[in-house]
Amino acid sequence: MNSKNILIKVNQLYKIFGDGDKSSLDLVKNGMGKDELLEKSNCVLGLNNINLNINRGKIQVVMGLSGSGKSTLIRHLNRLIEPTSGEILFNDTNILNLTPKELIQFRQNNMSMVFQKFALFPHKTVLQNVGYGLAIQNISKDEWSEKAQRWIKRVGLDGYETYYPGQLSGGMQQRVGLARALATDAEILLMDEAFSALDPLIRSEMQNILLDLQGELHKTIIFITHDLDEALKIGDRIAILRDGSMVQDSDPQEIIMNPADEYVSDFIKDINRARVIQAKSIMTPTNSKSSGATVKEEMVLEDILQIMSDAPSKPVTIENSKGKITGKIEMVNLIEGMKRPKSLGTNITG
Amino acid sequence: MDWFFNFPDMSRSDLREFKKSVDFAFTDFSRTYGQGIEDFFEPLLMFLVWFEKLFINTPWPIIIVSILLLAWIGSRSLLVVAGTFISFMLIGYFGMWEDTMSTLAIILVATFLCIAIGIPLGIAMARSNKVQAAIVPILDVMQTIPSFVYLIPVVMLLGIGKVPGLIAVCIYAIPPIVRLTNLGIRLVDKDVLEAADSFGASYWQKLLGVQIPLALPTIFAGVNQTIMMALAMVVIASMIGVKGLGLPVLQAISNQYLALGLMNGLAIVILAIIFDRVTQKFGLRMQKYRNEGKD
Repeated sequence: MNSKNILIKVNQLYKIFGDGDKSSLDLVKNGMGKDELLEKSNCVLGLNNINLNINRGKIQVVMGLSGSGKSTLIRHLNRLIEPTSGEILFNDTNILNLTPKELIQFRQNNMSMVFQKFALFPHKTVLQNVGYGLAIQNISKDEWSEKAQRWIKRVGLDGYETYYPGQLSGGMQQRVGLARALATDAEILLMDEAFSALDPLIRSEMQNILLDLQGELHKTIIFITHDLDEALKIGDRIAILRDGSMVQDSDPQEIIMNPADEYVSDFIKDINRARVIQAKSIMTPTNSKSSGATVKEEMVLEDILQIMSDAPSKPVTIENSKGKITGKIEMVNLIEGMKRPKSLGTNITG
Repeated sequence: MDWFFNFPDMSRSDLREFKKSVDFAFTDFSRTYGQGIEDFFEPLLMFLVWFEKLFINTPWPIIIVSILLLAWIGSRSLLVVAGTFISFMLIGYFGMWEDTMSTLAIILVATFLCIAIGIPLGIAMARSNKVQAAIVPILDVMQTIPSFVYLIPVVMLLGIGKVPGLIAVCIYAIPPIVRLTNLGIRLVDKDVLEAADSFGASYWQKLLGVQIPLALPTIFAGVNQTIMMALAMVVIASMIGVKGLGLPVLQAISNQYLALGLMNGLAIVILAIIFDRVTQKFGLRMQKYRNEGKD
């Protein structure tokens, strides 16, 4: 990956909660784990040597169970939490060296955030909520309310400007949260389990809104979730955290095909492989045309199965987005690809 | 075994000496600094006198109309306004108009002082656990110590009059507003503050734009309680020279005038009820956004 495409670089980031965090830092650097540290020094290990490159204009998902440090990590990016050691580079400026004034500037102009529990201002109307990030920059009311109005419309809340958050449903509240974050035109969007509190249908709808917006805005989005389906749906890259350490950071397909360890395997155990694995992950590379139909590299196995079922013996041809043939898939490959790897267990019950 | 049945206390003469030395020390203090402190409070006294005169000298219809207007602005309730009108007519009819105006004046000044000191103090407490730990015991003392006890040093320092009365009222009435301001600000949702932070709000933007507005209903409950306690203090304050409805009550106690005591006592009650209803309705209106939420 070209280094010019990297917008945020997290280098050797450590966070230890509790007193004596400096002395505990050496213990952690020498390999002490989370449980042992808690027992020995009564400090909680939040982040353990995190290295992460976040690409401009992409959606970087950070995934992990609760307590794995994902919310801690995202709060380091805008310094809602201060690290114990390490550096965070944004366009080669170390965010951690910003003075309080510069930090406020940085938060106003470069980053905005969407929260799990919405965190809307209950005493402000939808319009005032969406315009908040602009209003505190001493922008005139006409200007911010016009911009806010535009974003309210964009997320489909036209006509709700004068409502208070308490009068809206959860899904609508999070649209306000999203509009509030987008209104400042910040390049980076931090989303902390933004859709986790919504029910499945609304969640899926919000994911589509986000992808739709991303298609035109090309923001750099850091998206926290504990839901693998969500991660696979929207992530350009997925980083997996466990007990404050990074376990794997790769392409979504790579995570499914080559889970780094048991923890990651556990995560992907229950997903519907046919619906997420793409042709390119299981194809046999070749540049000659096969006898069956031609499909795109990104097509998921389920759809290929649909096509192949008409002519099971004919392998399908795989082509990339430019129309160049890159491989082929036979029925055996398809079955092999859909079945769970041996390491994940058979999981046959009943 | 004598120590077992009789508490080993200090000897009577020692105790007398101890009390004497404390008394002398304070007398010395008040002789040295009393004048200075009195001068310090001089502007307050001038204001208090002017304010009281303003209330007494303004023709009663203008006062009643202003009060009804304020009651309407605060409560937006015709019932409260009508109740206020009837109450003040009765107070006037029974000859308590002037005393009521005096009381109203001192209550308003005391409330204003309590707000001006109490809210910043409450904010400082909410900001820092250390400040809170230092102030809470002081508030505890102020609320529980019998009022007569702190009247003694106040009178020794400032003599008898309006200012010591006002100070006594404030000492008694200020704790609720301090406590509730502190509580209100501490109760503001951490998530919402984090959101304000994440958009780059400065300290003052957070305080004035988020924390105080969200704490306002609680702060207002504090203002309400402060007014109620100030009114309750009116009778005791009259013992050290504060004019108003408390004075007739005091006379009634010493001379066993039942009717006089009842009338003036009830006038205080009526003032309290009016203040309470108006401020409570106002407080409710301030959190309209909460009540209109979906159920």
